[in-house]
Amino acid sequence: MDFNFTDEQSMLRDTVASYLADHYSFDQRRAMLKAPPHWSPTIWKAFAEELGILGAPFAEELGGLGGGPVENLVVMQEMGRALVVEPYLGTVVIGGGFLKHSGYPQAEALIGQIIAGEAIFAFAYAEPQGRYNLADLKTTAKKEGGSYVLNGQKAVVIGAPYATHLIVTARTAGGQRDAEGISVFIVEKGAAGVTTRDYPTVDGHLASEVVLENVKVDGSALVGPENHALPLIEKVVDEAVVATCGEACGVLAKLHEGTLEYTRQRKQFGQPISAFQVLQHRMVDMFIQVEQSVSMTYMATIKLSDEAERAKAAAAAKVQIGKACKFVGQNAIQLHGGMGMTDEMAIGHYFKRATMIESAFGSTDHHLARYEFLSLGQAA
Amino acid sequence: MNLNFSPEENAFRQEVRAFIAENYPAELRAAQDSGRPLTKAEYLIWHKVLAKKGWVAPSWPKQYGGTDWTPTQKYIWSEESARAETLPPLPFGVSMLAPVLYTFGSDEQKAKFLPGIYNGEVWWCQGYSEPGAGSDLASLKTKAERITGDDGKEYYLVNGQKTWTTLGQYADWGFFLVRTDPDSKPQAGISFLLIDMKTPGISVRPIITLEGGHEVNDVFLDNVKVPVENRVFHENQGWTLAKALLAHERSGIAGVARSKRNLEKLREIASTEHSDAGGPLLGDAFFRRKVAELEIDLTALEFTELRTLAGESSGKGPGPESSILKIKGTEIQQRLQELALEAVGHYGAPFLRDLGHNAGVGPEYAVGLAGDMFNGRKTSIYGGSNEIQRNIIAKMVLGL
Repeated sequence: MDFNFTDEQSMLRDTVASYLADHYSFDQRRAMLKAPPHWSPTIWKAFAEELGILGAPFAEELGGLGGGPVENLVVMQEMGRALVVEPYLGTVVIGGGFLKHSGYPQAEALIGQIIAGEAIFAFAYAEPQGRYNLADLKTTAKKEGGSYVLNGQKAVVIGAPYATHLIVTARTAGGQRDAEGISVFIVEKGAAGVTTRDYPTVDGHLASEVVLENVKVDGSALVGPENHALPLIEKVVDEAVVATCGEACGVLAKLHEGTLEYTRQRKQFGQPISAFQVLQHRMVDMFIQVEQSVSMTYMATIKLSDEAERAKAAAAAKVQIGKACKFVGQNAIQLHGGMGMTDEMAIGHYFKRATMIESAFGSTDHHLARYEFLSLGQAA
Repeated sequence: MNLNFSPEENAFRQEVRAFIAENYPAELRAAQDSGRPLTKAEYLIWHKVLAKKGWVAPSWPKQYGGTDWTPTQKYIWSEESARAETLPPLPFGVSMLAPVLYTFGSDEQKAKFLPGIYNGEVWWCQGYSEPGAGSDLASLKTKAERITGDDGKEYYLVNGQKTWTTLGQYADWGFFLVRTDPDSKPQAGISFLLIDMKTPGISVRPIITLEGGHEVNDVFLDNVKVPVENRVFHENQGWTLAKALLAHERSGIAGVARSKRNLEKLREIASTEHSDAGGPLLGDAFFRRKVAELEIDLTALEFTELRTLAGESSGKGPGPESSILKIKGTEIQQRLQELALEAVGHYGAPFLRDLGHNAGVGPEYAVGLAGDMFNGRKTSIYGGSNEIQRNIIAKMVLGL
């Protein structure tokens, strides 16, 4: 048993942290989000060329750093600390995950483009009616000769406005919520019939409603097995869940640190409010939540490669992280008092991201129900 | 990062498991299952087997009888002990006093007292709390004055009252915090004394706790003469030892491995018991949610403990995460006890005074559950209440 990071992993962390400290301060981020295009292609280019982190979880033969889930964790924690909006999750973790696990023939070329910062992926899986059920799909892909024709609507596709490629889940057979009959396609965003309505999200990301109208793709757009892709989707989503937990560890740490710092400075009744026991105990409870979240994230990261335990571990971690995001986030605002309500302070921005993480890829209730099923069996 | 045990560690687990299976005394198992209070001799049976094997005190330095196990081996040992539901050696000597002795004691004190602790020949008890000194332990008033005896030797004359002395009714010796300097600041005038419980002037009075058990006691000290050589470390510097001892006490309280075993038992009970709808209770939407949340919390605590262990094995010492263990560990123990009692429904109620809670009535697994739950409320109070733990974390870890 070993919970330590290797020297290479620690170096990766230091590299990302020091780059973001110089180029992604709270003020720099705010200014960047205000002006079009509301994200930073320059930063993305630097991730690829200066830092080389877009290859973190890919094999060295493909030009990557030869890492895996732990490297994703290290990068995502730092992304969380700096509230990075650029699409590492969608591109490297999710796009890369589908390419790595599917035996996709063109995977090597596309991974090369990801590492170079040229291909950016967004995951078009959710639908307006489907809530967090990955199998609830009205989007259809109809086979026509050697091609597929896609029709449907995808909801709140995070990162779609700056994506070059969409990963689309669609029904090639079966009824709306059937586990079977699901397939995955890579669709170029510029393909004929793809229209998007772009908008910002509350936490500073960009997203789109994506409409697919008779979008014709080549047979080579199919990723993974036709009709039987749900297990592949679940695997990649579990990896995304755990990576998001890693991001949350960074966000939660900043919420906690920021609150400690603020309560030490803020004076009321003639003393720093950090001297009040009721606030000290609240901050200890926040600290416990942060540490328990880190523990769960490590556990789930390690178990991503254990097929028997993976889903249960990811669900358990997301439950802990979801609860921690709510408790730590809300108490951070509470302890900042009126200042916590202002846009000018960073704390509110971390709170907004924490709140979005709470429901990302499924709410706390969703993952608790999933955990119950996996651990305790079917409910009566 | 990896969670795998090495082949050597797996072999060690097999060795430990086999040893427990072959050597755990059947009569002790039967006594534990009966739900009745254990006798003094029963408390010591397993301790003595372990002493013979050399496994009583894995954490002690090797020279005093420690096993020199790695933190992972100690973790495996506690897991296997919990899995087999063994009765752990009494903590007062092995886990509380001994670390103080081998860290601060004189060579004579180590030679005189450590073997008796190790072999289970001397039963120790703790004289810390007083009626007026609980969470504010440093305000203790039990007084020790230096006198010269009729034999010309130096003694402390001790007067006062200690309370919550666990299993003091069986104790041969006790370690006591006493005030040797009434004029200095509270923490500065305390000394740490070892007292033979047979010394004239000591009386022990039972305190019956709410579940009906006799576990804790008041200890009265009335002109008790204690030889000066029974003071550990310097006069008036006992507070340093008191804090060190409490830290050792806390680290054992998390009880993750035991809670994992109790969670398995809870799941067994809830699979057997029926819900109102007639299926297994574990299929009931509300009950299963509570079990699932508890299981997830316990997993988080387990990995927090593993991180602490990993920190120790890489030589970093326990990090700030270790301070969480007592708070979360005791909360989880209490929730487990509540859910087990809830699970057995009507059969939580019977109380057969001499046989143990509901022995002989209702299902076997219901025996003692109510008593455990009531008794278990102590865990968030003792060893420094969980509120005091939060004060400690706020000060020592968060720097507030």
